Amino acid sequence: MREIYIRPSWLVIVLILLTIIIFAFDYSAGPLKYEDARQKGQTAPELQTTDLSQFPNSEENDKCFQCHGQSKYTYENTEQGRMVNQRMYNELIVSPNEFYVSNHRSFRCTDCHSEEYQNFPHEGILRMEYKYTCLDCHEGDDTYAHFYFEELDVEFQESVHSEKHSDDFTCWMCHNPHTYKINARTNENIRETIVYDNTICLDCHSDFRRFQLLTDRERPNLIKSHDWLPNQELHLASVRCIECHAEKLSDSALVAHKVLPKSMAVRNCKECHSSNPELLASLYKYEAQAVRSKDGFFRGITTSDSVVIGASRNQTLNIISLLLFAGVIAGIAFHSVLRIIKK
Amino acid sequence: MAQEKLYLYPIWIRLWHFLNAILCLILIITGVSMQFSAPSIALVNFDTSVAIHNIAGIVLTINYLIFFIGNLFTFNGAQYQIVYRGLYKRLITQAMYYTFGIFKGESPPFPISRENKFNPLQRFSYVFVMYLFVPIVFISGWALLYPQTIPTTILGTSGLHLTDLFHIISGFIISFFMIVHIYFCTIGKHPGSNFKSIINGYHEAH
Repeated sequence: MREIYIRPSWLVIVLILLTIIIFAFDYSAGPLKYEDARQKGQTAPELQTTDLSQFPNSEENDKCFQCHGQSKYTYENTEQGRMVNQRMYNELIVSPNEFYVSNHRSFRCTDCHSEEYQNFPHEGILRMEYKYTCLDCHEGDDTYAHFYFEELDVEFQESVHSEKHSDDFTCWMCHNPHTYKINARTNENIRETIVYDNTICLDCHSDFRRFQLLTDRERPNLIKSHDWLPNQELHLASVRCIECHAEKLSDSALVAHKVLPKSMAVRNCKECHSSNPELLASLYKYEAQAVRSKDGFFRGITTSDSVVIGASRNQTLNIISLLLFAGVIAGIAFHSVLRIIKK
Repeated sequence: MAQEKLYLYPIWIRLWHFLNAILCLILIITGVSMQFSAPSIALVNFDTSVAIHNIAGIVLTINYLIFFIGNLFTFNGAQYQIVYRGLYKRLITQAMYYTFGIFKGESPPFPISRENKFNPLQRFSYVFVMYLFVPIVFISGWALLYPQTIPTTILGTSGLHLTDLFHIISGFIISFFMIVHIYFCTIGKHPGSNFKSIINGYHEAH
Protein backbone atom coordinates (compact mmCIF):
# COMPACT_ATOMS: atom_id res chain seq x y z
CA MET A 1 0.00 0.00 0.00
CA ARG A 2 1.28 3.46 -0.88
CA GLU A 3 1.91 5.69 2.12
CA ILE A 4 -0.19 8.83 2.32
CA TYR A 5 1.92 11.81 3.33
CA ILE A 6 0.48 15.03 4.61
CA ARG A 7 2.73 17.65 3.04
CA PRO A 8 2.42 20.78 5.15
CA SER A 9 3.98 23.16 2.59
CA TRP A 10 0.71 23.08 0.71
CA LEU A 11 -1.06 24.35 3.79
CA VAL A 12 0.97 27.57 3.73
CA ILE A 13 0.37 28.06 0.03
CA VAL A 14 -3.38 27.45 0.49
CA LEU A 15 -3.45 29.92 3.41
CA ILE A 16 -1.74 32.63 1.37
CA LEU A 17 -4.01 32.03 -1.63
CA LEU A 18 -7.09 32.07 0.59
CA THR A 19 -6.04 35.41 2.09
CA ILE A 20 -5.43 36.88 -1.36
CA ILE A 21 -8.88 35.72 -2.52
CA ILE A 22 -10.63 37.11 0.59
CA PHE A 23 -8.71 40.40 0.40
CA ALA A 24 -9.23 40.79 -3.34
CA PHE A 25 -12.93 41.34 -2.91
CA ASP A 26 -14.34 44.00 -0.71
CA TYR A 27 -17.76 42.80 0.27
CA SER A 28 -18.98 46.16 1.38
CA ALA A 29 -19.32 49.42 -0.41
CA GLY A 30 -15.86 50.32 0.83
CA PRO A 31 -14.90 52.89 3.40
CA LEU A 32 -17.35 55.73 3.66
CA LYS A 33 -16.18 58.99 2.20
CA TYR A 34 -17.21 62.25 3.75
CA GLU A 35 -19.14 63.18 0.62
CA ASP A 36 -21.10 59.90 0.83
CA ALA A 37 -21.92 60.45 4.46
CA ARG A 38 -23.05 63.95 3.80
CA GLN A 39 -25.41 62.55 1.22
CA LYS A 40 -26.53 59.76 3.49
CA GLY A 41 -26.93 61.79 6.63
CA GLN A 42 -28.09 65.10 5.35
CA THR A 43 -30.11 64.44 2.27
CA ALA A 44 -32.71 61.79 1.81
CA PRO A 45 -32.60 60.47 -1.73
CA GLU A 46 -35.57 58.24 -1.03
CA LEU A 47 -37.66 61.35 -0.53
CA GLN A 48 -36.92 62.88 -3.86
CA THR A 49 -39.77 61.08 -5.54
CA THR A 50 -41.99 61.27 -2.48
CA ASP A 51 -44.89 63.66 -2.28
CA LEU A 52 -43.80 66.24 0.26
CA SER A 53 -47.42 67.21 0.98
CA GLN A 54 -47.66 64.29 3.40
CA PHE A 55 -45.56 66.26 5.91
CA PRO A 56 -47.25 68.53 8.44
CA ASN A 57 -47.24 72.20 7.57
CA SER A 58 -45.88 71.41 4.14
CA GLU A 59 -48.44 73.61 2.43
CA GLU A 60 -47.42 76.63 4.45
CA ASN A 61 -43.70 75.84 4.38
CA ASP A 62 -43.83 75.37 0.63
CA LYS A 63 -44.28 79.10 0.23
CA CYS A 64 -40.82 79.53 1.79
CA PHE A 65 -39.26 76.57 -0.01
CA GLN A 66 -40.40 77.99 -3.34
CA CYS A 67 -37.46 80.37 -3.10
CA HIS A 68 -35.33 79.02 -0.23
CA GLY A 69 -35.56 75.40 -1.34
CA GLN A 70 -33.47 75.92 -4.48
CA SER A 71 -30.46 77.77 -5.75
CA LYS A 72 -32.43 80.37 -7.75
CA TYR A 73 -35.68 82.20 -7.27
CA THR A 74 -37.90 84.31 -9.45
CA TYR A 75 -39.74 87.45 -8.43
CA GLU A 76 -41.52 90.28 -10.10
CA ASN A 77 -39.66 93.61 -10.11
CA THR A 78 -42.69 95.90 -9.82
CA GLU A 79 -40.58 99.02 -10.43
CA GLN A 80 -39.41 97.74 -13.80
CA GLY A 81 -42.44 95.57 -14.48
CA ARG A 82 -40.50 92.40 -15.35
CA MET A 83 -39.72 89.00 -13.90
CA VAL A 84 -36.22 88.63 -12.45
CA ASN A 85 -34.24 85.43 -11.88
CA GLN A 86 -31.95 85.74 -8.90
CA ARG A 87 -29.41 83.39 -7.36
CA MET A 88 -30.21 82.27 -3.79
CA TYR A 89 -27.19 82.53 -1.48
CA ASN A 90 -25.95 79.17 -0.29
CA GLU A 91 -26.40 80.10 3.35
CA LEU A 92 -30.08 80.78 2.77
CA ILE A 93 -30.92 77.55 0.97
CA VAL A 94 -32.78 74.88 2.94
CA SER A 95 -33.42 71.67 1.07
CA PRO A 96 -36.97 70.43 1.74
CA ASN A 97 -35.69 66.89 1.32
CA GLU A 98 -33.29 67.42 4.17
CA PHE A 99 -35.72 69.40 6.27
CA TYR A 100 -38.47 66.80 6.14
CA VAL A 101 -36.23 64.05 7.53
CA SER A 102 -34.67 66.28 10.15
CA ASN A 103 -35.66 66.35 13.82
CA HIS A 104 -37.55 69.61 13.36
CA ARG A 105 -39.55 68.43 10.36
CA SER A 106 -42.94 68.99 12.00
CA PHE A 107 -42.27 72.72 12.47
CA ARG A 108 -43.60 75.60 10.48
CA CYS A 109 -40.88 77.92 9.26
CA THR A 110 -42.59 80.72 11.13
CA ASP A 111 -42.48 78.80 14.41
CA CYS A 112 -38.91 80.01 14.70
CA HIS A 113 -38.80 82.84 12.17
CA SER A 114 -40.88 86.01 12.21
CA GLU A 115 -44.35 85.87 10.73
CA GLU A 116 -43.26 88.97 8.84
CA TYR A 117 -41.27 86.73 6.53
CA GLN A 118 -44.54 85.87 4.86
CA ASN A 119 -44.29 89.21 3.09
CA PHE A 120 -42.00 89.67 0.09
CA PRO A 121 -39.66 91.44 -0.30
CA HIS A 122 -38.65 90.71 3.31
CA GLU A 123 -38.02 93.70 5.53
CA GLY A 124 -34.28 94.34 6.06
CA ILE A 125 -34.76 94.59 9.82
CA LEU A 126 -35.82 90.93 9.89
CA ARG A 127 -32.19 89.94 9.40
CA MET A 128 -31.58 91.14 12.93
CA GLU A 129 -34.07 88.68 14.43
CA TYR A 130 -32.94 86.56 17.34
CA LYS A 131 -31.93 83.04 16.43
CA TYR A 132 -33.06 80.51 19.02
CA THR A 133 -30.51 78.12 20.49
CA CYS A 134 -31.21 74.58 21.68
CA LEU A 135 -31.82 75.64 25.28
CA ASP A 136 -34.40 78.25 24.31
CA CYS A 137 -36.80 75.44 23.55
CA HIS A 138 -35.35 72.36 25.22
CA GLU A 139 -34.26 73.67 28.63
CA GLY A 140 -36.15 72.05 31.48
CA ASP A 141 -38.23 70.02 29.08
CA ASP A 142 -38.94 66.56 30.53
CA THR A 143 -39.66 65.10 27.09
CA TYR A 144 -36.05 65.69 26.14
CA ALA A 145 -34.50 65.08 29.57
CA HIS A 146 -32.59 62.04 28.33
CA PHE A 147 -30.59 64.25 25.97
CA TYR A 148 -29.23 66.23 28.95
CA PHE A 149 -29.38 69.56 27.11
CA GLU A 150 -28.41 71.47 30.25
CA GLU A 151 -25.27 69.38 30.74
CA LEU A 152 -24.38 69.73 27.09
CA ASP A 153 -24.67 73.48 27.52
CA VAL A 154 -22.33 73.47 30.53
CA GLU A 155 -19.81 71.45 28.52
CA PHE A 156 -20.20 73.76 25.55
CA GLN A 157 -19.72 76.88 27.70
CA GLU A 158 -16.39 75.45 28.88
CA SER A 159 -15.34 74.49 25.38
CA VAL A 160 -12.79 76.29 23.28
CA HIS A 161 -15.58 77.04 20.81
CA SER A 162 -17.41 79.05 23.42
CA GLU A 163 -14.43 80.62 25.18
CA LYS A 164 -12.42 81.64 22.13
CA HIS A 165 -15.23 82.89 19.95
CA SER A 166 -17.88 85.52 20.33
CA ASP A 167 -21.53 84.82 21.02
CA ASP A 168 -21.82 84.19 17.29
CA PHE A 169 -20.69 80.68 17.99
CA THR A 170 -23.99 79.06 18.85
CA CYS A 171 -25.32 75.52 18.68
CA TRP A 172 -26.18 76.13 15.05
CA MET A 173 -22.53 76.41 14.03
CA CYS A 174 -22.39 72.63 14.22
CA HIS A 175 -26.03 71.60 14.28
CA ASN A 176 -28.02 73.17 11.48
CA PRO A 177 -31.57 73.41 12.85
CA HIS A 178 -33.04 72.84 9.39
CA THR A 179 -31.21 69.61 8.73
CA TYR A 180 -30.06 68.33 12.10
CA LYS A 181 -30.90 64.70 12.54
CA ILE A 182 -30.13 62.65 15.61
CA ASN A 183 -27.49 60.13 14.69
CA ALA A 184 -25.25 58.52 17.31
CA ARG A 185 -28.20 57.10 19.25
CA THR A 186 -30.18 55.74 16.36
CA ASN A 187 -27.62 54.75 13.76
CA GLU A 188 -26.41 51.18 14.23
CA ASN A 189 -23.64 51.66 11.71
CA ILE A 190 -20.77 53.02 13.74
CA ARG A 191 -18.84 54.02 10.61
CA GLU A 192 -21.68 56.22 9.45
CA THR A 193 -21.83 57.83 12.87
CA ILE A 194 -18.11 58.51 12.78
CA VAL A 195 -18.25 60.11 9.36
CA TYR A 196 -21.42 62.04 10.20
CA ASP A 197 -19.90 63.46 13.36
CA ASN A 198 -16.57 64.27 11.72
CA THR A 199 -18.33 66.01 8.87
CA ILE A 200 -19.69 68.47 11.43
CA CYS A 201 -16.11 69.39 12.43
CA LEU A 202 -14.75 69.37 8.90
CA ASP A 203 -17.50 71.67 7.68
CA CYS A 204 -15.51 74.51 9.25
CA HIS A 205 -12.06 73.06 9.90
CA SER A 206 -11.52 71.95 6.33
CA ASP A 207 -13.62 74.65 4.66
CA PHE A 208 -11.67 77.87 4.94
CA ARG A 209 -14.61 80.00 3.77
CA ARG A 210 -16.55 79.02 6.87
CA PHE A 211 -13.48 78.86 9.11
CA GLN A 212 -12.50 82.48 8.43
CA LEU A 213 -15.94 83.68 9.48
CA LEU A 214 -14.94 82.99 13.05
CA THR A 215 -11.21 83.51 13.25
CA ASP A 216 -8.31 85.36 11.65
CA ARG A 217 -6.04 82.36 12.07
CA GLU A 218 -4.29 81.01 9.00
CA ARG A 219 -5.80 78.17 7.02
CA PRO A 220 -5.47 74.95 9.05
CA ASN A 221 -3.81 71.93 7.48
CA LEU A 222 -5.41 68.96 9.21
CA ILE A 223 -3.40 66.33 7.36
CA LYS A 224 -0.14 67.99 8.39
CA SER A 225 -1.14 68.59 12.00
CA HIS A 226 -2.10 64.89 12.26
CA ASP A 227 1.17 63.75 10.66
CA TRP A 228 2.30 62.08 13.86
CA LEU A 229 -0.55 59.54 13.72
CA PRO A 230 0.55 56.15 12.38
CA ASN A 231 -1.87 54.86 9.73
CA GLN A 232 -3.28 58.36 9.54
CA GLU A 233 -5.95 57.55 6.95
CA LEU A 234 -7.32 54.68 9.04
CA HIS A 235 -7.31 56.72 12.22
CA LEU A 236 -9.10 59.64 10.60
CA ALA A 237 -11.73 57.35 9.09
CA SER A 238 -12.26 55.23 12.20
CA VAL A 239 -12.06 57.72 15.04
CA ARG A 240 -14.29 60.69 15.69
CA CYS A 241 -12.46 64.01 16.06
CA ILE A 242 -14.11 64.52 19.46
CA GLU A 243 -12.63 61.24 20.70
CA CYS A 244 -9.30 63.06 21.08
CA HIS A 245 -10.36 66.69 21.01
CA ALA A 246 -13.23 66.80 23.48
CA GLU A 247 -13.80 65.90 27.07
CA LYS A 248 -16.94 64.60 28.68
CA LEU A 249 -17.70 66.09 32.05
CA SER A 250 -20.07 63.28 32.96
CA ASP A 251 -21.19 60.01 31.48
CA SER A 252 -24.85 60.96 31.19
CA ALA A 253 -24.69 62.90 27.92
CA LEU A 254 -23.75 60.79 24.95
CA VAL A 255 -21.66 63.17 22.91
CA ALA A 256 -18.86 65.23 24.41
CA HIS A 257 -19.31 68.97 23.86
CA LYS A 258 -16.34 70.33 25.78
CA VAL A 259 -14.01 70.77 22.83
CA LEU A 260 -10.50 71.23 24.18
CA PRO A 261 -7.74 73.55 23.00
CA LYS A 262 -5.30 71.95 20.59
CA SER A 263 -2.62 71.66 23.28
CA MET A 264 -4.87 69.44 25.38
CA ALA A 265 -5.81 66.99 22.63
CA VAL A 266 -4.91 63.34 23.11
CA ARG A 267 -1.53 62.68 21.58
CA ASN A 268 -0.58 59.55 23.42
CA CYS A 269 -1.26 56.15 21.88
CA LYS A 270 -1.91 54.65 25.31
CA GLU A 271 -4.87 56.93 25.99
CA CYS A 272 -6.90 54.90 23.52
CA HIS A 273 -4.89 51.73 23.04
CA SER A 274 -5.30 50.55 26.59
CA SER A 275 -7.87 49.52 29.10
CA ASN A 276 -8.20 53.18 30.03
CA PRO A 277 -11.83 53.62 31.06
CA GLU A 278 -11.44 57.36 30.67
CA LEU A 279 -11.25 57.20 26.89
CA LEU A 280 -12.53 60.66 26.30
CA ALA A 281 -15.75 60.61 24.32
CA SER A 282 -15.73 56.82 24.12
CA LEU A 283 -17.96 55.98 21.19
CA TYR A 284 -16.32 52.54 21.26
CA LYS A 285 -17.26 51.92 24.84
CA TYR A 286 -20.85 52.84 24.04
CA GLU A 287 -20.91 50.80 20.86
CA ALA A 288 -19.39 47.70 22.50
CA GLN A 289 -21.92 47.88 25.33
CA ALA A 290 -24.79 48.38 22.89
CA VAL A 291 -23.75 45.43 20.73
CA ARG A 292 -23.28 43.19 23.74
CA SER A 293 -26.57 44.03 25.37
CA LYS A 294 -28.40 43.58 22.09
CA ASP A 295 -26.76 40.49 20.62
CA GLY A 296 -25.36 38.75 23.66
CA PHE A 297 -21.82 38.78 24.86
CA PHE A 298 -20.29 36.24 22.52
CA ARG A 299 -21.63 37.82 19.38
CA GLY A 300 -20.32 41.06 20.79
CA ILE A 301 -16.80 39.66 20.36
CA THR A 302 -17.04 39.31 16.64
CA THR A 303 -19.71 41.71 15.51
CA SER A 304 -18.22 44.89 16.83
CA ASP A 305 -17.47 47.26 13.99
CA SER A 306 -14.39 48.57 15.66
CA VAL A 307 -11.20 47.19 17.03
CA VAL A 308 -8.83 49.22 19.10
CA ILE A 309 -5.76 47.15 19.86
CA GLY A 310 -5.26 47.11 23.58
CA ALA A 311 -8.68 48.58 24.32
CA SER A 312 -11.02 46.08 22.76
CA ARG A 313 -9.46 43.13 24.48
CA ASN A 314 -12.14 40.65 25.12
CA GLN A 315 -13.07 39.40 28.56
CA THR A 316 -14.06 35.90 27.37
CA LEU A 317 -10.83 35.43 25.43
CA ASN A 318 -8.90 36.83 28.39
CA ILE A 319 -10.38 34.26 30.74
CA ILE A 320 -9.83 31.40 28.28
CA SER A 321 -6.20 32.39 27.72
CA LEU A 322 -5.56 32.83 31.45
CA LEU A 323 -7.08 29.40 32.18
CA LEU A 324 -4.98 27.83 29.43
CA PHE A 325 -1.88 29.56 30.73
CA ALA A 326 -2.55 28.44 34.30
CA GLY A 327 -3.31 24.90 33.04
CA VAL A 328 -0.05 24.70 31.07
CA ILE A 329 2.04 26.00 33.96
CA ALA A 330 0.31 23.67 36.45
CA GLY A 331 0.78 20.73 34.07
CA ILE A 332 4.47 21.49 33.65
CA ALA A 333 4.96 21.95 37.39
CA PHE A 334 3.20 18.65 38.15
CA HIS A 335 5.16 16.80 35.47
CA SER A 336 8.52 18.13 36.60
CA VAL A 337 7.83 17.36 40.26
CA LEU A 338 6.94 13.77 39.30
CA ARG A 339 10.10 13.54 37.17
CA ILE A 340 12.24 14.63 40.10
CA ILE A 341 10.53 12.26 42.55
CA LYS A 342 10.64 9.27 40.24
CA LYS A 343 14.22 9.82 39.15
CA MET B 1 30.47 7.35 23.17
CA ALA B 2 30.91 8.62 19.68
CA GLN B 3 28.11 6.54 18.15
CA GLU B 4 25.58 8.09 20.55
CA LYS B 5 26.24 11.54 19.13
CA LEU B 6 24.19 12.29 16.06
CA TYR B 7 24.80 15.42 14.01
CA LEU B 8 21.13 16.41 13.65
CA TYR B 9 21.05 20.16 13.36
CA PRO B 10 23.13 21.68 10.53
CA ILE B 11 24.30 25.22 10.95
CA TRP B 12 21.49 26.83 8.88
CA ILE B 13 18.83 25.19 11.04
CA ARG B 14 20.57 26.26 14.21
CA LEU B 15 20.91 29.84 13.02
CA TRP B 16 17.31 29.88 11.81
CA HIS B 17 16.12 28.38 15.10
CA PHE B 18 18.13 30.83 17.19
CA LEU B 19 16.78 33.82 15.29
CA ASN B 20 13.26 32.40 15.35
CA ALA B 21 13.43 31.90 19.12
CA ILE B 22 14.70 35.43 19.78
CA LEU B 23 12.12 36.98 17.44
CA CYS B 24 9.26 34.98 18.96
CA LEU B 25 10.28 36.11 22.44
CA ILE B 26 10.42 39.74 21.34
CA LEU B 27 7.07 39.42 19.55
CA ILE B 28 5.42 37.77 22.55
CA ILE B 29 6.70 40.39 25.01
CA THR B 30 5.75 43.36 22.82
CA GLY B 31 2.50 41.69 21.73
CA VAL B 32 1.37 41.02 25.28
CA SER B 33 2.42 44.53 26.20
CA MET B 34 0.22 46.03 23.47
CA GLN B 35 -2.73 43.73 24.09
CA PHE B 36 -2.73 44.40 27.82
CA SER B 37 -1.48 47.95 27.75
CA ALA B 38 -2.66 50.06 30.64
CA PRO B 39 -2.57 53.83 30.87
CA SER B 40 -0.20 53.99 33.81
CA ILE B 41 1.93 50.88 33.63
CA ALA B 42 3.18 49.06 30.59
CA LEU B 43 5.58 46.19 30.12
CA VAL B 44 6.99 48.09 27.16
CA ASN B 45 5.77 51.55 26.17
CA PHE B 46 3.00 51.25 23.55
CA ASP B 47 4.70 53.27 20.81
CA THR B 48 7.98 51.40 21.32
CA SER B 49 6.13 48.08 21.35
CA VAL B 50 4.48 48.87 18.03
CA ALA B 51 7.79 49.76 16.39
CA ILE B 52 9.67 46.74 17.77
CA HIS B 53 6.76 44.38 17.05
CA ASN B 54 6.55 45.56 13.42
CA ILE B 55 10.27 45.18 12.77
CA ALA B 56 10.48 41.80 14.52
CA GLY B 57 7.43 40.59 12.56
CA ILE B 58 9.01 41.55 9.24
CA VAL B 59 12.30 39.82 10.14
CA LEU B 60 10.34 36.76 11.34
CA THR B 61 8.64 36.51 7.94
CA ILE B 62 11.98 36.63 6.12
CA ASN B 63 13.34 34.05 8.54
CA TYR B 64 10.27 31.90 7.88
CA LEU B 65 11.00 32.03 4.16
CA ILE B 66 14.46 30.61 4.90
CA PHE B 67 12.82 27.80 6.89
CA PHE B 68 10.19 27.17 4.22
CA ILE B 69 12.60 27.13 1.26
CA GLY B 70 15.19 25.18 3.27
CA ASN B 71 12.61 22.53 4.03
CA LEU B 72 11.50 22.37 0.41
CA PHE B 73 15.00 21.71 -0.88
CA THR B 74 16.81 19.84 1.88
CA PHE B 75 16.38 16.56 3.70
CA ASN B 76 15.06 18.50 6.69
CA GLY B 77 11.65 18.92 5.00
CA ALA B 78 10.98 15.20 5.33
CA GLN B 79 10.90 15.68 9.11
CA TYR B 80 7.75 17.74 8.72
CA GLN B 81 5.86 15.27 6.58
CA ILE B 82 3.27 13.31 8.44
CA VAL B 83 2.57 9.72 7.50
CA TYR B 84 -1.16 9.38 7.79
CA ARG B 85 -1.24 5.63 8.47
CA GLY B 86 -0.98 4.85 12.19
CA LEU B 87 -0.72 8.53 13.12
CA TYR B 88 -3.25 8.32 15.95
CA LYS B 89 -1.60 5.23 17.44
CA ARG B 90 1.84 6.84 17.33
CA LEU B 91 0.56 10.02 18.98
CA ILE B 92 -1.10 8.01 21.77
CA THR B 93 2.01 5.90 22.31
CA GLN B 94 4.17 9.01 22.66
CA ALA B 95 1.62 10.70 24.93
CA MET B 96 1.43 7.58 27.12
CA TYR B 97 5.23 7.66 27.40
CA TYR B 98 5.19 11.28 28.58
CA THR B 99 2.31 10.61 30.98
CA PHE B 100 3.38 7.29 32.49
CA GLY B 101 6.38 5.61 30.84
CA ILE B 102 8.83 8.37 31.60
CA PHE B 103 8.21 7.98 35.34
CA LYS B 104 8.78 4.21 35.18
CA GLY B 105 12.16 4.71 33.53
CA GLU B 106 11.01 3.27 30.18
CA SER B 107 13.00 4.18 27.08
CA PRO B 108 11.41 6.55 24.60
CA PRO B 109 9.12 4.62 22.19
CA PHE B 110 10.48 6.48 19.16
CA PRO B 111 14.24 6.90 19.59
CA ILE B 112 15.76 9.86 17.78
CA SER B 113 17.53 8.96 14.56
CA ARG B 114 18.81 10.85 11.54
CA GLU B 115 15.58 9.93 9.70
CA ASN B 116 13.34 10.67 12.66
CA LYS B 117 14.55 13.78 14.43
CA PHE B 118 11.19 14.36 16.06
CA ASN B 119 8.99 12.01 18.01
CA PRO B 120 5.38 11.79 16.69
CA LEU B 121 4.01 14.40 19.10
CA GLN B 122 6.82 16.79 18.20
CA ARG B 123 6.34 16.24 14.49
CA PHE B 124 2.60 16.77 14.78
CA SER B 125 2.80 19.91 16.92
CA TYR B 126 5.73 21.39 14.98
CA VAL B 127 3.77 21.00 11.74
CA PHE B 128 0.75 22.75 13.26
CA VAL B 129 2.80 25.58 14.66
CA MET B 130 5.22 26.09 11.76
CA TYR B 131 2.82 25.44 8.88
CA LEU B 132 -0.47 26.73 10.27
CA PHE B 133 -0.19 29.14 13.18
CA VAL B 134 3.05 30.93 12.26
CA PRO B 135 1.76 31.53 8.70
CA ILE B 136 -1.58 32.77 10.10
CA VAL B 137 0.30 35.07 12.43
CA PHE B 138 2.52 36.59 9.77
CA ILE B 139 -0.18 36.80 7.10
CA SER B 140 -2.57 38.57 9.50
CA GLY B 141 0.37 40.59 10.84
CA TRP B 142 1.23 41.92 7.39
CA ALA B 143 -2.44 42.69 6.83
CA LEU B 144 -2.51 44.68 10.07
CA LEU B 145 0.63 46.49 8.93
CA TYR B 146 -1.32 47.62 5.86
CA PRO B 147 -4.83 47.87 7.33
CA GLN B 148 -6.23 49.62 4.26
CA THR B 149 -5.87 46.32 2.34
CA ILE B 150 -8.27 44.54 4.71
CA PRO B 151 -11.86 44.37 3.45
CA THR B 152 -14.15 46.52 5.57
CA THR B 153 -16.43 43.58 6.26
CA ILE B 154 -15.80 39.86 5.98
CA LEU B 155 -18.82 37.60 6.55
CA GLY B 156 -20.74 40.48 8.05
CA THR B 157 -18.04 41.26 10.58
CA SER B 158 -15.43 43.99 10.63
CA GLY B 159 -12.52 42.67 8.53
CA LEU B 160 -10.04 44.47 10.76
CA HIS B 161 -11.50 42.93 13.90
CA LEU B 162 -11.50 39.43 12.39
CA THR B 163 -7.88 39.79 11.23
CA ASP B 164 -6.96 41.02 14.69
CA LEU B 165 -8.69 38.03 16.34
CA PHE B 166 -6.83 35.60 14.05
CA HIS B 167 -3.55 37.34 14.86
CA ILE B 168 -4.07 37.39 18.61
CA ILE B 169 -5.43 33.85 18.94
CA SER B 170 -2.59 32.40 16.82
CA GLY B 171 -0.12 34.49 18.81
CA PHE B 172 -1.44 33.00 22.04
CA ILE B 173 -1.24 29.47 20.66
CA ILE B 174 2.37 30.04 19.58
CA SER B 175 3.18 31.45 23.03
CA PHE B 176 1.77 28.34 24.69
CA PHE B 177 3.66 26.17 22.25
CA MET B 178 6.86 27.98 23.16
CA ILE B 179 6.41 27.35 26.90
CA VAL B 180 5.65 23.66 26.37
CA HIS B 181 8.45 23.37 23.80
CA ILE B 182 11.04 24.77 26.22
CA TYR B 183 9.83 22.48 29.01
CA PHE B 184 9.91 19.37 26.82
CA CYS B 185 13.46 20.25 25.82
CA THR B 186 14.48 19.52 29.39
CA ILE B 187 13.51 15.90 28.75
CA GLY B 188 16.73 14.56 27.33
CA LYS B 189 19.75 12.66 28.52
CA HIS B 190 20.21 15.46 31.01
CA PRO B 191 17.88 18.46 31.42
CA GLY B 192 20.41 20.59 29.54
CA SER B 193 21.29 18.10 26.78
CA ASN B 194 18.77 19.27 24.20
CA PHE B 195 19.67 22.90 24.72
CA LYS B 196 23.31 21.96 24.09
CA SER B 197 22.24 20.07 20.95
CA ILE B 198 20.55 23.03 19.36
CA ILE B 199 23.72 25.05 19.99
CA ASN B 200 26.36 22.57 18.82
CA GLY B 201 24.21 20.48 16.46
CA TYR B 202 24.90 17.09 18.07
CA HIS B 203 22.14 15.07 19.68
CA GLU B 204 22.95 13.00 22.73
CA ALA B 205 20.85 9.84 22.95
CA HIS B 206 19.17 8.86 26.20
